[in-house]
Amino acid sequence: MEFPILSLMLAVPLVGAIACLFLNAGSARMVALFATLFNLALGVMLWVNYDVGGTQWQFVERAEVFAGFSYALGIDGIALMLIMLSVFLMPICILASWDSITKRVGEYMSAFLLMEVLMLGVFAAQDMFLFYIFFEAGLIPMYLIIGVWGGDKRIYASYKFFLYTLLGSVLMLIAMLWMVNEAGTTDIPTLMQYDFAPGAQTWLWLAFFASFAVKMPMWPVHTWLPDAHVQAPTAGSVILAGVLLKLGGYGFIRFSLPMFPEASAQFAWLVFGLSMVAVIYTSLVALVQEDMKKLIAYSSVAHMAIVTVGLFAFNVQGLEGAMVVMLSHGLVSAALFLCVGVIYDRLHTREIHRYGGLAINMPKYALFFLLFTMASIGLPGTSGFVGEFLSLAGIYEVSTTVTLVCTTGIILGAAYMLYLYRRVVFGTQVNDDAARMTDLNAREWFMLAPIAAAVLWMGVYPESFLAPMRADIAALDARLARAASAGDAHLKLGEPKAQEANYIAPEHSEEGAH
Amino acid sequence: MSYATSLYLTGAEIGLSLTGLVLLLAAAWGGQRSARLITILTVAALFGAVAFSVNLLGMAGNEAAGDAFGGLYRADAFGSYAKILIYLASIACLIVTPRYFAQQAAYRPEYPVLMLFNAVGMGMMVSATDLMTLYIGLEMSSLSSYVLASFLKQDIRSSEAGLKYFVLGALASGILLYGMSLVYGFAGTTSYEGIRAAFAGQFPMGALFGVVFMLAGLAFKVSAVPFHMWTPDVYEGAPTPATAFFASAPKVAAMSMLVRVAMDPFAGQSASWQQIVIFAALASIVVGALGAIGQQNLKRLLAYSSINNVGFILIGLAAATPEGVAGLMIYLTIYVAMTLGSFVGLLMLRDPMGRPLETFADISGLSTTRPVLAWCLLALMFSLAGIPPLFGFWGKFVVFQAAVQADMIALAAIGIAASVIGAFYYLKFIKVMFFDEATREVEKESPVGHWAVLGICTLIISPLGFLLTKPLGEIAERAAASFAFAM
Repeated sequence: MEFPILSLMLAVPLVGAIACLFLNAGSARMVALFATLFNLALGVMLWVNYDVGGTQWQFVERAEVFAGFSYALGIDGIALMLIMLSVFLMPICILASWDSITKRVGEYMSAFLLMEVLMLGVFAAQDMFLFYIFFEAGLIPMYLIIGVWGGDKRIYASYKFFLYTLLGSVLMLIAMLWMVNEAGTTDIPTLMQYDFAPGAQTWLWLAFFASFAVKMPMWPVHTWLPDAHVQAPTAGSVILAGVLLKLGGYGFIRFSLPMFPEASAQFAWLVFGLSMVAVIYTSLVALVQEDMKKLIAYSSVAHMAIVTVGLFAFNVQGLEGAMVVMLSHGLVSAALFLCVGVIYDRLHTREIHRYGGLAINMPKYALFFLLFTMASIGLPGTSGFVGEFLSLAGIYEVSTTVTLVCTTGIILGAAYMLYLYRRVVFGTQVNDDAARMTDLNAREWFMLAPIAAAVLWMGVYPESFLAPMRADIAALDARLARAASAGDAHLKLGEPKAQEANYIAPEHSEEGAH
Repeated sequence: MSYATSLYLTGAEIGLSLTGLVLLLAAAWGGQRSARLITILTVAALFGAVAFSVNLLGMAGNEAAGDAFGGLYRADAFGSYAKILIYLASIACLIVTPRYFAQQAAYRPEYPVLMLFNAVGMGMMVSATDLMTLYIGLEMSSLSSYVLASFLKQDIRSSEAGLKYFVLGALASGILLYGMSLVYGFAGTTSYEGIRAAFAGQFPMGALFGVVFMLAGLAFKVSAVPFHMWTPDVYEGAPTPATAFFASAPKVAAMSMLVRVAMDPFAGQSASWQQIVIFAALASIVVGALGAIGQQNLKRLLAYSSINNVGFILIGLAAATPEGVAGLMIYLTIYVAMTLGSFVGLLMLRDPMGRPLETFADISGLSTTRPVLAWCLLALMFSLAGIPPLFGFWGKFVVFQAAVQADMIALAAIGIAASVIGAFYYLKFIKVMFFDEATREVEKESPVGHWAVLGICTLIISPLGFLLTKPLGEIAERAAASFAFAM
């Protein structure tokens, strides 16, 4: 038997979480940082040892300790990338909370470490009910993080977050029970190959959609997100935007698409419609926000709509693009929330008009913020460009209209991000207190620099991230091929001309004979 | 079947009855001073009964299920399982009782004796295979419960609770008796086996009325909607240890009795009673959830929570399959742990003067004043709401799985969607404890007995509980197989 590295990755933060409950503030911070860094190291080991192009499911573990479902872990390239994203962001979250959280630190760190256990569990689970348990359990620590350490309206936000996502998920459980009863197994890889009757697929797809659409979040069930983001502490927003939103996309790519290909094709128009509305509408909403966190929250909804569009394009570019957008958004939106957190810690307000001219007194900060703003817009050379380009290229094969609308969203994205940047960083220094803020300290450097490096790496050489996923996406594409729709391009191959276009007929020698 | 066998199979009840009678005499002579000793002896007797039932469960497979006293009583895996739960719950309640009454110097040796007779009655309820045994067991348990509810004689709320419980309980018993008389009239016998045989080919309309009345009476005992209205008042008024008891052991007994009635004499008529059970289940889930939302008193809140849980338990019965019964038993087990844990947590909430705290305002900010207790209650509340990874999720999981397997998708979908309403008030509990600021002083220390019960309950409903799924599933399956002959 192999070394159970996935179980170890779950155990380390779990032990840390229990320890933190009993420690004082200083030790809890150290334990949490150590546990997350250790997990990051394990994650790197996982990536290094991952055999690109090897078997589809690697690091498989299985133990029959429960009745009705089994403790089965294992990852493919898609899960690997999302696990890397989680373990990468966690130490940064702990650092982001280092000074800003002062009350009940032990419990706070404990909740974060528990969150890490559950997120990794979701991505590594190979048993459907184990997946559900991890998926649903994430509500508990997040509810506490928002409710105990959140802003003024934290109670409303925490209730809304919890009940919205719970209502979405419970119907999925019934669908899962039905599927397991029908297929006779709880094993996700087996179920991914099982052909459910198309009639049943419709209902099952809708039940799963209810859950993933809320998690994603898709318009019109996105309204919990701005509230939760605004009220959560900085690190809470980071983990929410960075990883929790990816659970919806992961759910689509792991369950909805491979298990119900026919139903997915049948409902693709629904997904496209909602995504198109989301891209335009939430971008316009973002444009008028006065609260920085809210603005970024709305931009998340817009970016996630690009993900759903790419996923339901049913081709390799679309799927790869969706994955890269997810990874990129995980980094970029996390970094943007951190940037907001940096100035929030100094001035304790998120109102945009309270800032201005920060480029003068915080040049380093301005540089980082600029990089992440550009990455969010999708500037070539940053991670945002790769993902959005691939997704839109994928969807262009299916529908020109959808592509047109979604591309407009990207232009709007540039508008609201640049407008935000101009108001906060450029211009004159109108507020004295904002003008007196100090530039980044060493801790903040350590938070932002790694993300900046990752954003550029993904933008310049995305192959590192695409390679592990390539085989899995190809397999998914093959599975979807039978249900893929034709697309509206209607390419017609014309009759090729006999000669190239700039051909000049040589003068006939006999005519020229005089 | 020889007399000796009959006596052996009913050993738990006989032992408890004899202990009860002896202790009653001892209480009469010993008076107030003997209360502590009698409580300890009662707990010991109940432990003996648990050991006996475990032994019976261990050796008697379903095939060896024995009928005692000419078919009046059956000792099978189902009965033994339910009895173990009932006795253990009674023990837990007894452990936390004396301290509550010590405040008013109202504890008397009759309390544990009444609990003993209650336990005898509950044991008979779950093992009854004749309408007469059923009724005697039910009344024996109910009559002791009425007294327990009004045990605080000086407290007007307690007396009111006892009286309400008695009057409405008597009404329900009347309805039940009326139904039983109709069934007897059409079947010509009171034994379950005889009734099943009599209705094998035909099912007259009058007998259907009988079944409906019987179910109404039994629904009252399990406090299923629409016969739930006594629950919040009685739970609020009764002394808290008695409330903890009502919410646990008698619930198990009444539910097991209901299952046996449905799955044994009327197994062939499942189509007739299923719709009633489905309605009661969904109505209980919804009313239990909505009713709890406005409550300020925690005991009332937990009363609605128990109504809500009864709804989920009934979903297992509605499936009318062995899986459903097994799921129901698993749910009951987890439910007992959750309920006892919550009530013991409630009992541990007192102000520095020792007065019990029982409203939301009293527990605000508990996570800063009593962190360990608050975390235990947090786990219990999330478990009651059915959020994984807490074990309460598993109870809901198995009953809904049974419903889906029985092709009752709509029932499962509506039921689980309604459970989200319930989550709302459990969240409120947590919100008050964790998000609000502490407003009042609370007593900092609690006795070891309380901690032990709370600790065990919390451990069971913690994620570690999932390690129990296998053994629990096996026992529940065996228990459900007790009705295999009827299906």
